[in-house]
Amino acid sequence: MTLDLPWGQLLINGLALGSLYALTAFGIVLIFKTTKVITFAQGETAMFSTFVAFTLLTAFQLPFALAFVLTLLFAAVFGALIERVVLRRINATTVLNPVIVTVGLSLILLGAAGWIWGYEIRTFPDPVVGPPFRLGTVVVSQLNALIFAVTLVLMAVLFAFFRFTPTGIAMRAVAENRTAAQLMGISIGRMNALGWGMGTAMGAVTGMLIAPINYLDPSMMGDVALKAFAAAVVGGLTSLPGAVVGGLVLGIIDSVAGFEAAELRNTIAFALIVLVLVVRPSGLLGKHETKKV
Amino acid sequence: MGVRWLRRGGRAAAPYGLALAAVLVIPPLLVIIPGVAPGYVLYLVSLALIYAIVAIGLGILVGHTGQISLGHAGFFAIGAYTSALLTLRLGLPFVVALVVAASLSAAIGFLLGLPALRLSGPYLAVATLGFGLAIPQLVVWQGSWTGGSSGLHGLPPASLPLGALTIVFRTDQDYYYLAAAVLILLTIFARNVVTSHTGRAFVAIRDSEIAARAMGVDLVRYKTTAFALSALYAGIAGSLYAHVLHGISPEDFTVLLSVDFLTMVVLGGLGSVGGALSGALLLTFLQNALTRLPVVHDFKNLYIVVLGAILILTIAFLPHGLAGVVRSVRQRWAARVRAGAPRGDQIVELGEGSAVR
Repeated sequence: MTLDLPWGQLLINGLALGSLYALTAFGIVLIFKTTKVITFAQGETAMFSTFVAFTLLTAFQLPFALAFVLTLLFAAVFGALIERVVLRRINATTVLNPVIVTVGLSLILLGAAGWIWGYEIRTFPDPVVGPPFRLGTVVVSQLNALIFAVTLVLMAVLFAFFRFTPTGIAMRAVAENRTAAQLMGISIGRMNALGWGMGTAMGAVTGMLIAPINYLDPSMMGDVALKAFAAAVVGGLTSLPGAVVGGLVLGIIDSVAGFEAAELRNTIAFALIVLVLVVRPSGLLGKHETKKV
Repeated sequence: MGVRWLRRGGRAAAPYGLALAAVLVIPPLLVIIPGVAPGYVLYLVSLALIYAIVAIGLGILVGHTGQISLGHAGFFAIGAYTSALLTLRLGLPFVVALVVAASLSAAIGFLLGLPALRLSGPYLAVATLGFGLAIPQLVVWQGSWTGGSSGLHGLPPASLPLGALTIVFRTDQDYYYLAAAVLILLTIFARNVVTSHTGRAFVAIRDSEIAARAMGVDLVRYKTTAFALSALYAGIAGSLYAHVLHGISPEDFTVLLSVDFLTMVVLGGLGSVGGALSGALLLTFLQNALTRLPVVHDFKNLYIVVLGAILILTIAFLPHGLAGVVRSVRQRWAARVRAGAPRGDQIVELGEGSAVR
């Protein structure tokens, strides 16, 4: 271990990476919160949406902002459809079934993307271009600045949505107690579809921010999705601030470990998941649920 | 005794009988047919048998105990690498390497079972997924003695000392018999475990942890046992795999393989040893059949899509898998025979149990 690492730079890079993990984790947390299903397809729906954005940008030559909005719409409808067509038909009384079904979904999307767009690695157009910002010796690229901005804005928007809008409050009610929410006249089915739609749209945002960094190919979200899981679990699956904390911690570990032991990044993420879960089974900021017979 | 066993176990033993007959009779027959490369068919069947060993072990964990694992390729890799390293680097005999590989895998399974005690479904799925990803990474990281990403190759042929006689396994046919023998032993063992006191404790945990604990089932003991047992199966299978292929590399043990294993169990039928066995055989042959389709250039994508579709459709339409289909067909048949006359629809309703209410 050397101590003269460029700590400031590693920290900034780690925070940017961590924000991406947190954003991906947002989608997982959002879907889990409303539907009690942990989705293993989040990475793949994000990847698929990113390919849609890529097609809009290159084949149709749309401006970035328009392509961005259209992709979000596509992802929201796509997510809601997944809920309507697939998950609603599944007997979700066991934990096993939704896990297996979302794993199946992720495989289908992976194969379909490979089929439609192929495995060649593509460059995704940069959403922002320009000289990087400099803070002393630390360099912040425009893309990283955008990532920070998007993360902050989305956090604020989600916070406001869940706090102040009737729909957001209804979603929280469903998360709190499904039966009571239903008795209050909230449609569980609609909330589930909405949760999936929002979560998938969130994934699309992440995908479009990751693709300019990692290039675009069907397996682009593989590692990110694992880290997002770790972030969501570390933060306690139901807590959005928890996902941010988890994501940032993982991002910084990743950035420093990437400097020292690049091969072990996934292993470290795994060790962290197990460590946190052994100490606190419902994550750092999650609420512990007691099961009753 | 044999007759009694047959009579008593007749109905339950039928699927095993069919599966084993398919495994033991068909491959040698295929070899006789001209034009089919005998070595390749037997090699393929051996692989299917080895995957079936993993599937049976995973079935005990997922189907009987209700614990999920998305990382069984990790245990498979531990078994394969332990066995390969011991025979290749230390020159230990195959049998010793197999036993050490199986024990090490089981021990690590036991350790992974400890955090699993505190984790429920989705958390456990994420933790095991991470485990499966971490193992190949550790192998690459320790490249100086594991061979890194290029793997280990040129394993010596397996040998089995029987008293003064030593059997050396050289051809694909030899390995086929070895894999079949191990599979049969482990199938019988799994059958005995799931019908024993331990097996009933597993099922009690699956159906309700709290109720099981209230009935005096020791969760620590039985959950870790289930993990260790399924890891033991995967370790033995991994050890055989390394020797059948004469070499391994980290790319053999991807997350996709873990998903393959899970698909075998789900397709065959959760909670059925015979189901896991037939699921494994079916999926391996399906995978191979897809590579042979003349119209498909893009085999990998097709296979991934088919795998995903199998998972979703099985859960949606056949929640008890192939074993469930066999069971319900047999029940309808029995009901029809009992009724004496083919009264069609009404009997079907009785079979479903909905008319009783």
